[in-house]
Amino acid sequence: MENLPRILSVLGDGLPETVIATLGGIVLTIVLSFGAGLLLLSPWRVVRGVTRVYVEGFRGTSEVVQLFWIYFVLPVLVGYQLVPLVAGIAVLGLNHGAYGAEIVRGAIRSVPRAQYEGAIALSLSPAQRMRRVILPQALVEMLPPLNNLFIQLLKSSSILALITVPEVTRQAREVLIPNFGDDTFLIFGVVFVVYLLLAAVITAIMRWIERWAARRLGRRPVRQRKVLEEVAV
Amino acid sequence: MPLWDWSYAFSILPDLLLALVTTIEITVLGSVVALLLGLVIAVLRRARIPVLDQVLWAFVELVRSTPLLVQVFFLFFALPRFGIELSAFVIGVLALGVHYATYTSEVYRAGIDAVPQGQWEAATALSLPRSRVWTGVVLPQAIPRVLPALGNYVISMFKEVPLLLAIGVVEVVNEARELGSETFRYVEPYTIAGVLFLLLSYPASLLVRRLERRRVSA
Amino acid sequence: MSVPEPMIVFDGVEKRFGSNVVLHDLSFTVSPGEHVTLIGPSGSGKTTILRLLMTLEKVDEGTISVGGRYLSHQDKGGTLVPADERYSREVRKRIGMVFQQFNLFPNMTVRGNLIEGPTRVLGLSRDEANTRAADLLELVGLSDKIDAHPTQLSGGQQQRVAIARALAMHPDVLLLDEVTSALDPELVAGVLALLRDLGETTDITFLCVTHEMGFARDFSHRVMMFDGGRVIEDAAPEQLFTAPEHERTKSFLQAVLDH
Repeated sequence: MENLPRILSVLGDGLPETVIATLGGIVLTIVLSFGAGLLLLSPWRVVRGVTRVYVEGFRGTSEVVQLFWIYFVLPVLVGYQLVPLVAGIAVLGLNHGAYGAEIVRGAIRSVPRAQYEGAIALSLSPAQRMRRVILPQALVEMLPPLNNLFIQLLKSSSILALITVPEVTRQAREVLIPNFGDDTFLIFGVVFVVYLLLAAVITAIMRWIERWAARRLGRRPVRQRKVLEEVAV
Repeated sequence: MPLWDWSYAFSILPDLLLALVTTIEITVLGSVVALLLGLVIAVLRRARIPVLDQVLWAFVELVRSTPLLVQVFFLFFALPRFGIELSAFVIGVLALGVHYATYTSEVYRAGIDAVPQGQWEAATALSLPRSRVWTGVVLPQAIPRVLPALGNYVISMFKEVPLLLAIGVVEVVNEARELGSETFRYVEPYTIAGVLFLLLSYPASLLVRRLERRRVSA
Repeated sequence: MSVPEPMIVFDGVEKRFGSNVVLHDLSFTVSPGEHVTLIGPSGSGKTTILRLLMTLEKVDEGTISVGGRYLSHQDKGGTLVPADERYSREVRKRIGMVFQQFNLFPNMTVRGNLIEGPTRVLGLSRDEANTRAADLLELVGLSDKIDAHPTQLSGGQQQRVAIARALAMHPDVLLLDEVTSALDPELVAGVLALLRDLGETTDITFLCVTHEMGFARDFSHRVMMFDGGRVIEDAAPEQLFTAPEHERTKSFLQAVLDH
């Protein structure tokens, strides 16, 4: 236990990288989820097709392969080497955005057709229909699965260790294990707690947003069973 | 030098395919662990045995909320301290299997909860023994319902096998890395690795989606 | 006396769902301010007519015009082409619709539902729209519910809000699609009374699908009996309800009134 302060300080050095990677990944995921999710519902076949290729391409391959591809292969093709953290954020966002696109698409499609018709009867334009009527209702449906997706993303941020980003997992593996080998349990105990806490923070924020969104619908927040709609990465 | 060299690509294909076999082996063995252990956890939790229930809940939440890579490292470094020396391959199977067992246990649980209460009552009214209620009445109704969800997790496991390169398992991506480092050509190995994953997991997920649709319409 | 320009014209309209023809070569006109009720067995195509007018469905053959402008088509250099979104939105502004299931927006309060169209489509200021909303809520007797959410209202209240929402757009034509069918029996009378009141105090053209024969009788100027996608009888309510010409109308009325 006497090494606990040093273990905490080494992991603390990695915490900003984990948090930045996760936050950056989440922001990119949100942008891509909504962008691709809406494009998947486009009336134009070609647009849907191209978006499908993105979604299936990233869902169909391993995240580690995507990471290595962007970090090692892309520089050869375009002649520009991404900083590891940036490459990592790009992969976290691209990968989870592909899953998020399906969540957004499904939530929009779950809004009853009657709501579209009500909006048409008020002569709202297609953009107004989407923004004012459909999306606010779809949002309530997509928040619980997005929460799961963001937790997956937090967990995935650990693979940035494989391309030398000094985040929490890499700090544990490369700094702590070689130096404090006797404290294996303590080291991993602390690492587990760090991820549990970060996951709890994400869930707390998402629950707060869920309550806010549900209030806007005049509903009590209904927390669905998260299992069957869980998005596995 | 061309960006893509076909003859090089073909020359490394056999090695990559061989490594793919390892990836598939780990996926299959890990799935067996995940599907069986998950079922055991789900059935035990349904019994609501005090203490054991809380312990299982905490275990499931801990494993689900923390990175698989950290768990892989944990098993890799902690087991030897108990005098348990396992190969990286076996540790990989265990880590994947246990990690995904926590997911499959929740899936089984949802499937079990979806079996109507009347089924339990009817089984009780027939005085069926507890084990027969499970094997003869509840699970045959619960499991078909959740097969698509379980299938999705098996596909997810397949895609997570490359994490094991961190402890030296020679699966596809690790093989690609080694091939690349011999020749300093990374474009072909990593691209082929990606294509191999896509070629297997995309048809598999189409299959699962078809299964899903059939369940919904049935 | 000059004959007024018709408000609604159906000219040779055909509508198919797959191979199923729900409207056959349908032609009729409705004058401004006229109250027309469509009756007939379910599946006879009544609701489809309302949905075509609201552009929720597209016509397969023929044309529809409202207030002298084509709705389903637009005139481009002398030839008729199917209407695009922008054009049909322009024409459709003059048409309002009240739905069987109300279709209020749950993400907005009652006020939000009432001011959405006026501010976003008609370009009213928030103040103007709020005044209009308050007036309309008073009219439908729900002034105290202005900040409520639709989910907090009873079915009858929701439907009255939905009527107010349609009126907020100052429509020339109001389509009523079985507006009392989803309501509990004790709530029906209030909604029908409101509609009767509107019929007397406004010059809106009403096109109405209902199973409430008493309401159809005293609200309408004209009743059209539909069967199998065709109009089989088109007469004043006194005529149609007391001395129907057609056997099919007789048996339909018999069945509805017995029940």
